[in-house]
Amino acid sequence: MTADVQAVRAAVDAAYREEWGQVVATLIGLTRDWDLAEDCAQEAFAAALTAWPRGGIPRRPGAWLTTTARHRATDRLRRDTAGRAKLRQLAVLAREPDESPAEDIPDERLRLIFTCCHPALPFEARVALTLRTLAGLSTAEIARAFLTAEATMAQRIVRAKRKIAEAGIPYRVPPAELLPERLAAVLAVLYLIFNEGYDERDGRRALAAEAIHLARVLARLLPGEPEPRGLLALMLLHEARRATRVDDGVLVPLERQDRSRWDRALVDEGVAVLDEALATRRTGPYQVQAAIAACHATAPDAAGTDWPQIAALYAELGRLAPSPVVELNRAVAVAMADGIPAGLALVDELAASGRLDGYHLLPATRADLLRRDGRTAEARAAYEEAVRLAPSDADRRYLTARLNAL
Amino acid sequence: MKYMLLICDDETRSPSTEEMAADPVHQAWEADLERRGAEVFGARLRPTSTATTVRFRDGETLVSDGPFAETKDFVGGVVVVDCADLDEAIAIAAGHPYARWGSVEIRAVWE
Repeated sequence: MTADVQAVRAAVDAAYREEWGQVVATLIGLTRDWDLAEDCAQEAFAAALTAWPRGGIPRRPGAWLTTTARHRATDRLRRDTAGRAKLRQLAVLAREPDESPAEDIPDERLRLIFTCCHPALPFEARVALTLRTLAGLSTAEIARAFLTAEATMAQRIVRAKRKIAEAGIPYRVPPAELLPERLAAVLAVLYLIFNEGYDERDGRRALAAEAIHLARVLARLLPGEPEPRGLLALMLLHEARRATRVDDGVLVPLERQDRSRWDRALVDEGVAVLDEALATRRTGPYQVQAAIAACHATAPDAAGTDWPQIAALYAELGRLAPSPVVELNRAVAVAMADGIPAGLALVDELAASGRLDGYHLLPATRADLLRRDGRTAEARAAYEEAVRLAPSDADRRYLTARLNAL
Repeated sequence: MKYMLLICDDETRSPSTEEMAADPVHQAWEADLERRGAEVFGARLRPTSTATTVRFRDGETLVSDGPFAETKDFVGGVVVVDCADLDEAIAIAAGHPYARWGSVEIRAVWE
């Protein structure tokens, strides 16, 4: 049985996306050697390119790749004395593939992701390591996405792997008593990757897709935990609006986005995933944020938005994960639900607290509420302050346009 | 009286354990300690890049990477524990009273 080169190329590409993390995770599980695992996984994918055209695309590409990578690891370890000693400890490696049917290989990616996101690692290293080992992005790709020199990124990854080995970070899914805290760390890494990919700049777009993919894997592997589903739903609901967020480099506010261009399939999936999470009745910050995104995504039009519900959800979010940014968002929802003066009072309270000093969305939000209230001169001053504080060109262009439209 | 010697530098040289063992100055220092019968316990720590710092606040264990260098903490004591992995070391560290107001820095020992 043979397969044509194009079909093989497509199958290997698909397997890379779907199976890379699993192959690496299994090899790390067997050898505890992260570099060996990555090298052998890489070789297995290269071997597929020559073997599959001759022997045909295997029925389960993941099992073929894992077995091949395992054999490579065995070969390499046999070559040196230290490796042979290690091999004896890892007798499982030497077993023939038919003794351990692939169906029995547990999904090791969960152990891998919890290890990559261990709180003893620097946050940026957790992000880089997750993208390298689970998503299979190259160091160069990760460096490009985070606007870092490749050598710096490579060093960050090397240091993180060294710390895992030298500081004795365990390769495992944390026990129940540690799970909530450690899961929060994993979700924070995935959400950061998604948000980096929400930016439309070159090289970053792929990050959003990787984050959604990893969130799907996590949600599937931790069916009893609602927050991974909450995060997945949040990502899907944001992703659904991607096409309408920016027009010609200028941010488009939610109320002016063309709702007919929102991706309905993603909205429906996001809402369905959120419902599954909410059914557990164990709420968490990602579920609440997804519920807010769902309110927006399912409103028939801007005027039909359920603002009282959104204000209540922000209040809930503020209880679960207190933050002045959440309070600012709640102020907007309150303004829309109960009238501008009620919202402005909350914004002014926040401004007086000084907790959002220097944050451009504080004056921008104030400006927007003042504009809606017809207080044009005050709105102008607030927009001008927001433009001064704006962190990106897109933000500056948007705020300048609002200022000029007064 | 017992004294703990904290051997410090800025980690730019980072000699390996083998290099340390081969260093004649270090060999002389060890021979001197042995002659005096002074060494109670000694351990070389892996670099600060492998450090983990644990705090316990409001019922929560807070784990962060790196040493406590950014604070004005000083080492007030050392305990050497032998346990399964970093998570177990974190659990032990979090239970120490100092973790409630100060912090406990965990450093893997060269073995």
